[in-house]
Amino acid sequence: MTEEQHHITLHVNGVPRTATVPARRLLSDALRHDLGLTGTHAGCEHGVCGCCTVLLDGEPVRSCLLLAVTAQGAAIRTVEGLAGPDGALHPIQRAFAECHGLQCGFCTPGFLMTTAGLLDRSPAPTDGEIEESMAGNLCRCTGYQNITTSVRRAAELLAAGQGGDPAGPWAGEDPQEPVAEAPLAAGPYAPPPGGGVPGEARR
Amino acid sequence: MTTRVFGERVERREDPRLLRGEGRYLDDLGHDALEVAFVRSPHAHARVLDVDVTAALDVEGLVAIYTHEDLPGRLADPLPLLIPHPALTAPRTAHALAKDLVRHVGEPVVMVVAADRYLAEDAADRVRVTYEVLPPVVGLDRAEEVAAHLVQEVGDVDAALAAAPRTLELRLDIERSASTPLEGRGVYARWDADDQRLRVYSSTQTPTSVRFAVAAILGLPDSQVECVAPDVGGGFGVKIMHPWPEEVLVPWAARLLGREVKYTEDRREHFVAATHERAQEQHVRVGFDDDGRILALDVRFLHDHGAYTPYGIIVPIITSTQLPGPYVLPAYRVEFSSLYTNTVPVTPYRGAGRPQAAFCMERTVDRIAAELGLDRAEVRRRNIVQPEQMPYDLGLTFQDGRPAIYDSGDFPATLRMITDLIGWDDFPRRKAEAAAEGRRIGIGLACYVEGTGVGPYEGGHVQVEPNGRVNVSTGLSSQGQGHQTVFAQIVATELGVPMEDVHVVTGDTRRFGYAVGTFASRAAVMSGNAIALAARELRAKALRIAADALEASPDDLEIVEGIVRVKGSPDAAIPLRTVAVLSNPLRYSFSEESRAATQFSLPVRGGPPVPRGEAPGLEGRDYYSPERSTFANGMHAAIVEVDPETADVTILRYAVVHDCGNLINPMIVEGQIHGGVAQGVAGALYERMAYDEHGQLQNASFMDFLMPYATEVPHIEIAHLETPSPLNPLGIKGAGEAGVIPGSAVLAAAIEDATGVAIARMPVSPSELFELQGGSA
Repeated sequence: MTEEQHHITLHVNGVPRTATVPARRLLSDALRHDLGLTGTHAGCEHGVCGCCTVLLDGEPVRSCLLLAVTAQGAAIRTVEGLAGPDGALHPIQRAFAECHGLQCGFCTPGFLMTTAGLLDRSPAPTDGEIEESMAGNLCRCTGYQNITTSVRRAAELLAAGQGGDPAGPWAGEDPQEPVAEAPLAAGPYAPPPGGGVPGEARR
Repeated sequence: MTTRVFGERVERREDPRLLRGEGRYLDDLGHDALEVAFVRSPHAHARVLDVDVTAALDVEGLVAIYTHEDLPGRLADPLPLLIPHPALTAPRTAHALAKDLVRHVGEPVVMVVAADRYLAEDAADRVRVTYEVLPPVVGLDRAEEVAAHLVQEVGDVDAALAAAPRTLELRLDIERSASTPLEGRGVYARWDADDQRLRVYSSTQTPTSVRFAVAAILGLPDSQVECVAPDVGGGFGVKIMHPWPEEVLVPWAARLLGREVKYTEDRREHFVAATHERAQEQHVRVGFDDDGRILALDVRFLHDHGAYTPYGIIVPIITSTQLPGPYVLPAYRVEFSSLYTNTVPVTPYRGAGRPQAAFCMERTVDRIAAELGLDRAEVRRRNIVQPEQMPYDLGLTFQDGRPAIYDSGDFPATLRMITDLIGWDDFPRRKAEAAAEGRRIGIGLACYVEGTGVGPYEGGHVQVEPNGRVNVSTGLSSQGQGHQTVFAQIVATELGVPMEDVHVVTGDTRRFGYAVGTFASRAAVMSGNAIALAARELRAKALRIAADALEASPDDLEIVEGIVRVKGSPDAAIPLRTVAVLSNPLRYSFSEESRAATQFSLPVRGGPPVPRGEAPGLEGRDYYSPERSTFANGMHAAIVEVDPETADVTILRYAVVHDCGNLINPMIVEGQIHGGVAQGVAGALYERMAYDEHGQLQNASFMDFLMPYATEVPHIEIAHLETPSPLNPLGIKGAGEAGVIPGSAVLAAAIEDATGVAIARMPVSPSELFELQGGSA
């Protein structure tokens, strides 16, 4: 039994990265184990907890619900791509540190990327929007209060121009290969009907 | 003046690394390790008749398949009974891999090692196990097999009940829930054939104990085994359980195969193969007078212990001994039976038996108030222990085998603060206004006392390097509590050094070998005090050496911002890093700084260069071992609204008054409370383990087990009361579990107040509440 392998290129945090993976390899596993980007975490592997959230062509997605091969050519942003090239924390990261928005830190990369997606869409979100956007990610430590405070603070820091736009240092670049929309909003990778994946289903 | 950061809202030292995605959680380690999958029992109770691995053998990347027959020596024996107790008359622990019988769905039967997890699961899928299915026992109403039975009694309960002007009886039920950290369990091991050493990484709350357990079970000297807890993605109690089957099997396989081996638990496995807690059936009789004063309390409860009792009967003991809460109980008897069922075993989950205790006591006090038509806060006021009664001896034996004696607290002040914070006295007006609008709102109040900082001990080591870096280590581990920050705050304050210079390592047996673990809200109390004592020892030594160098008396010296100086004449000073150089007399110079400590540089005095009783280096090591636990306390109040149509419960306000003694970092304490309250809300309204009669867990996924999102957890208002503990040098009490304890009790009270329907079970879902209301709103 030898599995067929596929060569894929992913544009991760602005850098083209290649990997050879079987068709069943999850994007989360490809990022973590093939590319060594272990900042993206796997908390449930059934699309509910949001720990594995990354930006795929600018939109927050569950990397555990995507096969790596379907992300061929896509622009992916992970938590490792948030800080500036000089290593300075991104305003979203700074806000979470200031407001004690993390404890064990396991869910945190997912919240950071969800926040990046939110503030890119909606730079001055209402409290309701923040709560709604964060309500697709589970955290067992913080009780969420400091997370929503962190998101508000991140919006303030970004509005004050401290560190650029939420989409980060490389965000101005176009993905090097345009990517079809199919894998995201519709098709087999869309969240199940009826709000099974709360944060995403509502969008 | 000193560098006092103790008590400040200091940002966490852990955060920049974790925020960058540079955390090192278990599955982030061992990139090239072989990976493990388990074949687990699909039956709740069955005999294992045959294991056929033939079909798995041609799976690409397969390295090994093991069953119980393959296990050598003590690895083939039942796993340890961690906490024996005379009342645990029928203890039972599992085998690392099932031998003949399986007793719950999820029990490991076969271990598969392969090149990666995908391939290991491929092979596991092809292993055929033949079972003879046996009838399972599920639920307390069907449980009969007693693991333990224990009675504690203070006063003559029967006489006091017989003499009481009034009595009441209650039956209360609490369902199962679980810690459910977002990172599951995991273990990664490597055998270094050159060094003949085994290194085990485990996502655990007790690496020192895992080390000793692995060494004992694998027949290795302790000195050849080291255990590290890397970044741990939440614990909440479940990871204090050890050694898990996986924790001994993976290191064994790594040594046998001479390869790195790793196991990372997946989410379904965490539901069916880790541990749960909470389920109890409680029967209460209470005697009281016409003023609502409690005269006698008699509680009998059944505790669902699941299939095994590896962690002993700690959870029901805690329920028994924490049940009195802040109240004076002239006569109290508590009797429990721990019963076996064919479900996942029970070990502590944050709160560890206390949420059940608070639910029982607080529901009882509310019933007394209702019976007498008295205000619920007033009944509490009449029954609580007064400050002048401290220390207050319950007359019970606590979970550490020592007397349960409340050391400090001002319960009347706490009660005043919580009723002020929530607006208790004004609530009837608000309720009437809401009712006029067709809205049903209700208020609840619940109290708890929490024994924290149980022994036997923790230790701390503090060392100043010649470059000024301060290294701190303690043996217990961290799962998000911010230990690297709070321990650095303690050391910076004790030593008088900048906090940036202090670097804390926890949970690594290579750095500190003796420890107990992180549970029972004990880390700050135990390791915090041990580290403070170690820092004081180091400081005394630094002052002795500096006094010699400055030709001053140690009593005239102070340390400010890392400089030892003569009080009042800051020019007579020597940096602590230079003291570190002088503390280690040298023959060889290896840097500019170290020249000052070489044999022709140091002044020659009488006696040897290292005086007897001293050691080279600027270090301090000490231990904190308390005579008994310290008791934190608090009260929660909540206002809820219940939808008249759907019975959906919305929490309008949630207030907490909390007394954990001196606060090291209020920001971190509040974070702990927030997280605890979220778990309290979860236990009250959402989370339960839905077993069917066959012992199948019907909701073993995050899709079906309703863990709250941001939309379900209310805004939490917090006020602190700080009554320092007299028991330890820092005057602190634990804070980790407090938030969760009164959650079910306070929300039950508020829902009952809003609806007029008696709430005697938790959790309560909208549909259950709808049914309780008679199916109509």
